[in-house]
Amino acid sequence: MKKLLMATAAAALTAGTAYAGGHAKEVKLGVLFGFTGPIESLAPAMGDGAELAMEEVTKSGKLLDSATVTPVRADTGCIDNGLAVANGEKLVAEGVNGIIGGDCSGVTGAILQNVAIPNGMVMISPSATSPGLSSMEDNGLFFRTSPSDAREGQVMAEILKERGINSIALTYTNNDYGKGLADAIQSSFEGVGGEVTIVTAHEDGKGDYSAEVGALASAGGDILVVAGYLDQGGLGIIQGSLDSGAFDTFGLPGGMIGDSLPANVGADLDGSFGQIAGSDSKGAEIFAEMAKERGFDGTSAYASESYDAAALFMLAMQAANSTNPADYVGKILDVANAPGEPINPGELGKALEILAAGGEIDYQGATGVELIGPGESAGSYREIEVKGGKNETLRFR
Amino acid sequence: MDLLNALVALTNFVVVPGLAYGSQLALGALGVTLIYGILRFSNFAHGDTMAFGAMVTILITWLFQSMGISAGPLPTALLALPFGILGTIGLALLTDKTVYRFYRAQKAKPVIFVMVSLGVMFMMNGIVRFIIGPGDQRFADGERFIIKARTFKQMTGLNEGLAIKTTQGITVITAIIVVAVLFWFLNKTRTGKSMRAYSDNEDLALLSGINPERVVMYTWMIVAALATIAGVLYGLDKSFKPFTYFQLLLPIFASAIVGGLGNPLGAIAGGFIIAFSEVTITYAWKKVLNYGLPDSLAPDGLVQLLSTDYKFAVSFAILIVVLLFKPTGLFKGKAV
Repeated sequence: MKKLLMATAAAALTAGTAYAGGHAKEVKLGVLFGFTGPIESLAPAMGDGAELAMEEVTKSGKLLDSATVTPVRADTGCIDNGLAVANGEKLVAEGVNGIIGGDCSGVTGAILQNVAIPNGMVMISPSATSPGLSSMEDNGLFFRTSPSDAREGQVMAEILKERGINSIALTYTNNDYGKGLADAIQSSFEGVGGEVTIVTAHEDGKGDYSAEVGALASAGGDILVVAGYLDQGGLGIIQGSLDSGAFDTFGLPGGMIGDSLPANVGADLDGSFGQIAGSDSKGAEIFAEMAKERGFDGTSAYASESYDAAALFMLAMQAANSTNPADYVGKILDVANAPGEPINPGELGKALEILAAGGEIDYQGATGVELIGPGESAGSYREIEVKGGKNETLRFR
Repeated sequence: MDLLNALVALTNFVVVPGLAYGSQLALGALGVTLIYGILRFSNFAHGDTMAFGAMVTILITWLFQSMGISAGPLPTALLALPFGILGTIGLALLTDKTVYRFYRAQKAKPVIFVMVSLGVMFMMNGIVRFIIGPGDQRFADGERFIIKARTFKQMTGLNEGLAIKTTQGITVITAIIVVAVLFWFLNKTRTGKSMRAYSDNEDLALLSGINPERVVMYTWMIVAALATIAGVLYGLDKSFKPFTYFQLLLPIFASAIVGGLGNPLGAIAGGFIIAFSEVTITYAWKKVLNYGLPDSLAPDGLVQLLSTDYKFAVSFAILIVVLLFKPTGLFKGKAV
């Protein structure tokens, strides 16, 4: 209770400055991603995605009193809690009205606990997928436009079962993301009657994985599921397993899906399969087109989720007619879900008009946004199989 | 037949990778140990010297590949290796001249040298990243396998496959040749003997007319060559990424210290001890035991002593035990 009081008090304080900014017709949104660190190759497109939505709204001139929306970028380092929290505090000090981020699950939890909750700041993360964040105490301030890995575990278990696979060996990259995903896959797969012969961690950034491959091979299994990163240890494990003949086929969760993996491994990877968050909604195409015009790759992982995260902030502010986190936080689920007029990317201006007139919207965005439970995406996935050295989409789940 | 299967599985997943990794560590540890024995400090820049050597070799390899020069079934990098060694020798001599000589003239304490080498490490780190970037580089070409797991199964009719990569074969053979040449050099040639004399007793060596600057120069040349060879072999077998070389520093130092710092034989033994301890203690013996034991005794579990998470803990536990009971290392190096 005390915490809550403090949080609201702090929120009121920051809201004071925010209001001043609001009337000066400027809305500031923090863009807090890992521009350095393990996902530094993804972060620029994510930042561009978020800023694309802000530009669109600013141009439309329909947010509140035709406010301009300014992004404030800051770095999480992806795995650097100290840096992420310090930068989160910096954003709050600069008077942002909401934080888009963090990106990696570990730092996102840290920012939530140390910055967002004490300051009553709302966070929408486009890419933190750890199941742990679903149950973390967040005072209702945390949302994400990506699904929890628990959902990915279920989808993967379904795919494995349909393909007639009864036993898997499982290895994960040794961090919050890898561990959470591995737990989800294991429990879901065992839930549908599959057998997990071994679960073992691997460290990224090493060259030698013979010990891990040896242990995995000895435990056996129909296929090897690698819950890692495609540019890191995941690649080393797959290469080592193929070289020693331990496994021929691999299960590839989201972190392993990318063009560089088939290119690096070669023809031996054909027949391996997996899934990555993604939808076949019309929004994805529109967004990719818009991104192309602005000069970045809209199909880059989590770029579309970032656009949606930014859009949700601005739509909720419009619906609440306020830039104060305490006011608009309750509107986020309203604008994201039915009932209401479906809104695709590029239609933010129209959405703002409807909201200003007191109407309702159902924001679809670039990823077919549907927020469930504790404010996270319900999650649709693309099922992928490697064929002829390319990732091919089989269907959507 | 079952026993054969067990043996093959063990060879495939433990012995072959262990031998290759051990050879790479041994070559790296030899460089560290030579610097420690003759120049009397722990050279933290060694991992990045390896990265630099591998980088020069990679660049020359790419040049050769674009010119259409290849070594047939062997990787082109072997042809580029001499040039890589020359480049690294140049860098090593340059750092010695500009950095280490200054501190030698001041008769600086070993700990200052260690700190200086730390600085050099960050410099080299930066140079390598600046030139070739922080990402993964692949430069292995030629035949990938001496024997493939699938071919082996068809040939022998066994259930278990045995795969030996070309790079693994080359690693072990090169390591044997390099070590033989190094020992011949240290024991039989005049320069080698003067190096050992300088290492054993600096004052006595100086009195008997050995030119210290010359000894230092030869040491750096040999160390640069060893580092380049180790770096290239490691890069060929795994992949080249500057960061992994930096991380390699720890197992390399562990190998050198376990064997006895300053003792070349110890460095080799240490390399293999560390490599095999990482692979064997975390190995799941289920498969091997299933083949080796009668059905009634076959285990259900994985029979894994420690999870692979602990593989680094294992090598460092060995390091600590050795330091506690034999501070000079297994092969009587200098006390650390």
